[in-house]
Amino acid sequence: MKVLVPIKRVIDYNVKARVKPDNSDVDLTNVKMAMNPFCEIAVEEAIRLKEAGTASEVIAVSIGDKACQEQLRTALALGADRAIHIETDAKLESLHVAKLLAKLVEQEQPELVILGKQSIDSDNNQTGQMLAALTKRSQGTFASKVVIEAGKAQVTREVDGGLQTVSLTLPAIVTTDLRLNEPRYASLPNIMKAKRKPLDVIAADSLGVDLAPRIELVKVEEPAKREAGVIVESVEELVTKLKTEAKVIS
Amino acid sequence: MSVLVIAEHEHGQLKPETAKVVNAAVAIGGDVEVLVAGHNVADVANSAALIAGVNKVRVADSAAFEHQLAENTADLIVELASSYSHILASASTTGKNTLPRVSALLDKSQVSEIVGVVDADTFKRPIYAGNAIATVKSNESQKVITVRASAFDAQVEQGACEVENLSLSMDNALSAFVSVEQTESERPELNAAPVVISGGRGMQNGENFALLNGIADKLGAAIGASRAAVDAGFVPNDMQVGQTGKIVAPDLYIAVGISGAIQHLAGMKDSKVIVAINKDPDAPIFQVADYGLVADLFDVLPELEAAL
Ligand SMILES: Cc1cc2nc3c(=O)[nH]c(=O)nc-3n(C[C@H](O)[C@H](O)[C@H](O)COP(=O)(O)OP(=O)(O)OC[C@H]3O[C@@H](n4cnc5c(N)ncnc54)[C@H](O)[C@@H]3O)c2cc1C
Repeated sequence: MKVLVPIKRVIDYNVKARVKPDNSDVDLTNVKMAMNPFCEIAVEEAIRLKEAGTASEVIAVSIGDKACQEQLRTALALGADRAIHIETDAKLESLHVAKLLAKLVEQEQPELVILGKQSIDSDNNQTGQMLAALTKRSQGTFASKVVIEAGKAQVTREVDGGLQTVSLTLPAIVTTDLRLNEPRYASLPNIMKAKRKPLDVIAADSLGVDLAPRIELVKVEEPAKREAGVIVESVEELVTKLKTEAKVIS
Repeated sequence: MSVLVIAEHEHGQLKPETAKVVNAAVAIGGDVEVLVAGHNVADVANSAALIAGVNKVRVADSAAFEHQLAENTADLIVELASSYSHILASASTTGKNTLPRVSALLDKSQVSEIVGVVDADTFKRPIYAGNAIATVKSNESQKVITVRASAFDAQVEQGACEVENLSLSMDNALSAFVSVEQTESERPELNAAPVVISGGRGMQNGENFALLNGIADKLGAAIGASRAAVDAGFVPNDMQVGQTGKIVAPDLYIAVGISGAIQHLAGMKDSKVIVAINKDPDAPIFQVADYGLVADLFDVLPELEAAL
């Protein structure tokens, strides 16, 4: 079974994003970048499937400018067999990404695609579901457990009311939630080895997808600031303040 | 213009988020219709008909929609889509699962998790864990949108509007429901509670979460948690508040033994009043708290319960 894992280069999750003074966007100059944490979980799941003998090949793909090759190398160091960089400088929406991935799915015919449920920059939570629609495949989103057996993927999903398990006929699309696994770190020898693993570059323009923007970014602002609070000295003072000052309890 | 709102429901009951999504629909303008897709959902439809601003409720009642599988619901919505300029759903796990599928099938870019309506094409939405608010203008002829319910007030009630039964059923051969593990709780839901008290890693184990129960009982509060508390197995996943869990904005949020990571703040910093209890005076949670108490939670929780 071939597994395709799309990954995204994003702001490091420990870094607080800042808005540009001209309100045109978030300022990413000299900001630490990393693989989106949900994508790390996707890579880990694919590698575990390979280690278990369920997957035969793990292919990592990233869409973006040259810099995202860094994250592809990380995926290779973690255990992916080969990588594909779909190169573009365009600012893409989830639909564009899903369409480019659908082209790749057509070429590579993976039986399973594992994506992160959301990227921590745009917070869209769309790409996996869109890819499933475009490839006419079933979807198991927000997965906390995936079991592959007899041509099916049994996916346990984190939903608002608890956990839901669905059975998907392969080929299928899965998106990861936080508790699917705990990603490993790449070892130094594996980082060295990753440099020799194949990384193919495909020009996004060559895939015949219309990448024209459909949504305009009008402006980006800081969220409303909260007023500075006070430190109370005791439970008694806290309760009094909540009753008489904040008036949120009676 | 006409707006279709996908009803959020569970166990044959309409969820309160729906009246908030309708509020966003009314702000967009035009006729507002609600689609109820499910099985044995007559009560849901009747409740939806009472939400002020709703002109019509359309009901697709079929066993195929019982578990709200995205494959089936998306096909249903696509079938009905041509009559609407906007299609809205709550940014719940159901809405997030279904709407992007609809959006791609309609070849439209989706706008996720809006917190404000500027006009019929322009919306505000948080990005980067809520550290920035983007204003985006969609040039799509038809807009597919998920709505952060906590950012909108619920619509009041009206006299019941028309309820139309659709004889539509969509089934797919690729996905099937297997089972569900529901977290049973007598408490109000996190998204709907006026007060939320959440515990973090500082609670040390699942048993200690009982220290929050008495306080929650007295305040009519829902109980939430940080990711660390869920990851450690103290409490179930549906209690996670944050960027990638539930987004809450109650009148009062009490964070106990939670440090205040960006990702946690993203889920609660729009609460009206925030209280933080933490033994570390430098914990970032104090930067967003209206009232901070620097103390050991094991000392102060029993005191707090007694004082209420
Ligand atoms: C992709 C991604 C998504 C994430 N999504 C979320 C999310 O949705 N929600 C979320 O919450 N997190 C999320 N996180 C995790 C987040 O970064 C933090 O790791 C997490 O919020 C920390 O939880 P915590 O505050 O309970 O634990 P810690 O950071 O360990 O803090 C524990 C706090 O308890 C205090 N404490 C300990 N003992 C006591 C005591 N006896 N009395 C009083 N105080 C005490 C300590 O001083 C400390 O401040 C996400 C992370 C990533 C990478």
